[in-house]
Amino acid sequence: MSPPLVEVAAISRSYSMRSGMFGRSTAVHAVDGVSLTIRKGETLGLVGESGSGKSTTGRIVLGLEPPDRGEVRFDGKPMAATGTVAWRAQRARMQMIFQDPLGALDRRLPVATQIREPLDIHGLGTAAEREDRVRELLRAVELTPAHGARYPGALSGGQRQRIVLARALATKPDFLVCDEPVSALDVSIQAQVVNLLCDLQAQLGLTLLFISHDLRVVRQISNVVAVMYLGRIVETGSADDLFARPEHPYTQALVSASPAPGRRSAGRIVLAGDPPNPAARPKGCAFHPRCPRAIARCASEVPTLSAVDGDRQVACHLVTGTQARDAA
Amino acid sequence: MSPLVSIRDLRVAFSGVPVLRGVDLTLGKGEALGLVGESGSGKSVTWLAALGLLPRHARVSGSARLDGRELLGAPASQLDQVRGGRVAMIFQDPASALNPVLTIRRQLSEALALHRNLSGEAAKAEARRLLDLVGIPDAARRLEAYPHEFSGGQVQRIMIAMALAGNPDLLIADEPTTALDATIQAQILELLSTIRREMNMAMVLISHDLGVVAENCDRVAVMYAGRIVEQAPSNQLFADPVHPYAQGLIGALPPLDGPRRRLVAIPGTVPDPAHMPVGCAFAPRCAMAAEACGVSAPKLAPIADDRAVACIRAEASRRALLGIAAE
Amino acid sequence: MARYLAIRIGRAALTIVLVVTFAFVVLRLSGDPALMILGPEAPPEVLAAFRKAWGLDDPIWFQYLDYFGAIAKGELGRSMRDGRPAIELVLERIPATLALTLPAFVFKVALGVPAGIYAALHRGSAIDRAVMMTAVAGFTVPSFVLALILVLVFAVQLGWLPSGGQDSWRHAILPIATLSLGGAAVLARFTRSAMLEVLGQPYIRTASAKGVPWRKVVTSHALPNAAIPTVTILGFMVGTLIAGAVVVESVFAWPGVGRLLVVAVANRDLAVVQCILLLVAITMVTSNLIVDFLYGFLDPRLRAKGAHA
Repeated sequence: MSPPLVEVAAISRSYSMRSGMFGRSTAVHAVDGVSLTIRKGETLGLVGESGSGKSTTGRIVLGLEPPDRGEVRFDGKPMAATGTVAWRAQRARMQMIFQDPLGALDRRLPVATQIREPLDIHGLGTAAEREDRVRELLRAVELTPAHGARYPGALSGGQRQRIVLARALATKPDFLVCDEPVSALDVSIQAQVVNLLCDLQAQLGLTLLFISHDLRVVRQISNVVAVMYLGRIVETGSADDLFARPEHPYTQALVSASPAPGRRSAGRIVLAGDPPNPAARPKGCAFHPRCPRAIARCASEVPTLSAVDGDRQVACHLVTGTQARDAA
Repeated sequence: MSPLVSIRDLRVAFSGVPVLRGVDLTLGKGEALGLVGESGSGKSVTWLAALGLLPRHARVSGSARLDGRELLGAPASQLDQVRGGRVAMIFQDPASALNPVLTIRRQLSEALALHRNLSGEAAKAEARRLLDLVGIPDAARRLEAYPHEFSGGQVQRIMIAMALAGNPDLLIADEPTTALDATIQAQILELLSTIRREMNMAMVLISHDLGVVAENCDRVAVMYAGRIVEQAPSNQLFADPVHPYAQGLIGALPPLDGPRRRLVAIPGTVPDPAHMPVGCAFAPRCAMAAEACGVSAPKLAPIADDRAVACIRAEASRRALLGIAAE
Repeated sequence: MARYLAIRIGRAALTIVLVVTFAFVVLRLSGDPALMILGPEAPPEVLAAFRKAWGLDDPIWFQYLDYFGAIAKGELGRSMRDGRPAIELVLERIPATLALTLPAFVFKVALGVPAGIYAALHRGSAIDRAVMMTAVAGFTVPSFVLALILVLVFAVQLGWLPSGGQDSWRHAILPIATLSLGGAAVLARFTRSAMLEVLGQPYIRTASAKGVPWRKVVTSHALPNAAIPTVTILGFMVGTLIAGAVVVESVFAWPGVGRLLVVAVANRDLAVVQCILLLVAITMVTSNLIVDFLYGFLDPRLRAKGAHA
């Protein structure tokens, strides 16, 4: 097994949020004690609904915002303090891709200029070398130099996301955080970008943190998957196994809710209640008000994430190691 | 049985640019029809055009009949009776689909007054019943609330309640769950199918999500670049797609179980409506395109009971897919 | 809610204090009232006596404190020209100004708002383009130019109306027309864009899709939403009722607050200028406060959450 590149140890982050115009501010625990390990060259898929804290986790891992508690280690070293030389060197090795490529690009500049920008910023290579690198990057994302001369408005959604990807790869990063990178794309284009990401990862040995609400895309691209609910990881394990045999009642509901051609909705688990509100976190297991199997203990005691079987970890009072083995 | 809706050669152009290029579609009473396709394929425009909901600069031609009565060019008073009365519609974006400055009660009562002649206490009681029906807790009190005081899933429930206010024969659901989280999507889809069963209502489910359509519809029509390219019972379409685009869409969908495979991506992008290819609009992206595909656009032609495909190589691609040698 | 109110009112009071302070400092730095009023030929000892009498030889911060002390007691000073209380001078001019600005306000709203709504509903039509061209013209032509054009046409060429003065209601027609046209243009543009924005919203489509007749979609769904931004500009216009006619009053020799201000500034009649500015600041700030509360009334999203939850 390859050594870990990113180690996240019990990070927490809360914001104070005002409810309404005259409301009092309350603390919102966006991320609450999340630990993750991403091994070199692998992909960790982070799954959850809105308010689960998956994007905040991504931003903390990338050092875009500091955790209140806990630590992120990159390649064995703790994240350097923001603005220092060491931080800058570290940041060049990690990049991020967002959902909305049009928002991430400057409409007034040709896209090739924007791909070159990180090279200019980090002062990598001579002018000629930078031009070569831009052409190489465009080729890597399966576009031509002609595309590079265009402005973002003249490209399709899929092409724009390729440009964003090319720009992210410009500094030859080791680690890429992708936050819903294909969610805004049509299915056929989504498949192009997912394939491209897989190919690039294999060629360049990239390590990915892939954040998405789309279970199918996450399974396609990830080695390991972590499922988040209201700021905590409720289940984690290897991708194929987790989706084939979800243990946590929430993961089971998520997998069951994912519509599949050729399967009618019979036997679907439909959760009651609204999506969770991070500002009003239930006591005990945060999922218990919507859980079809909740017992009294769930309302009072927060379950911890513990190993049940192989590499699977589940945070649920109803799922224990022995039980999981019995069921298997 | 005569169809509930029958659409013939429906065409729409926005300032000279064609976006709908001849759509034929029929819908039986109580039937659930799925309409899939990528953004810009004309799924929503078809129904907005049929109901006269497109902006004035849209040029609409062809025919759309409800119970045999022509809707295109019908007087506004007649269309207002149809809209919300016989045919109701719900939309994608719950956050902005309801009027932010009016209470839920007023917006529900408006529909009840228009189509059921209810007012005052009777309208209020019925509005409360509808909210109960779609699963809004504490309906009596929540009637006086404004849209921003509800979550996205709840607003979509209220939209459904409003659609039901006129006892429609047909509900058109335009991407009703796209903006919602997975577990909420499951709730809304379940609510829609329960209501449809109980009220024996026909439904058109417009979605870019093949899975959503497959699970909730009897029949599916696949649209590409302003035309229907394949139409089939949903189980057959997903088990045995014939049009190369339908095959591509299914191949592009990552599986949730079984072995992982490389996704079959459709190369290229959707053609620009202002510069449509002369022949089949999909030909430039099609792995099986032949010379003839670039000459004229294929018509939607039946290939079996209740199945139709618009592809000159329908037969050939079908054999290729099934791996059947020529008999 | 009480806290919100207190903050708003506190902020309004602070605005007024800042405006008055600014006016006070600028006026004292921009010329010597003694020289302006007594003339450059006045003997030095007369000038000195004048300065002493009005407290102009005190340090500026002393004058400033003195001024605020007086305001606290409700005294707004006296005119240096004739010794009458400044507030009296100003108050007797207000009816004349309102005689122009109030009718003009009514005409602005009666013309501008319907024109904007009509243009939005018939976007791209000949009438829309005509309304917008008129609006742009009314928007860009300064009011003194417009005033002069009206005088040239209706007073000089046609001889239908007097070109200045305040002798009869006919004298008020051209000043009111000048004020109305410019304001109506601003309102028409604003209403049109607010309306277009609202008409493009999904909830308008929802209303049509449920069978609401178009006329009712406009009146009960579009207008209440478009009213929210339009109220802002209306509030601003209410704020200019007292002193929004400076230019027009000068051009038409209309003896209102605006003309008084021009004359008082020219003479460095400090108490009068300050009194007018204080009044203007109070009306502007008050109309802004009213607009803020109107927002809460028009837009439930801005109301306290607790009211309905």
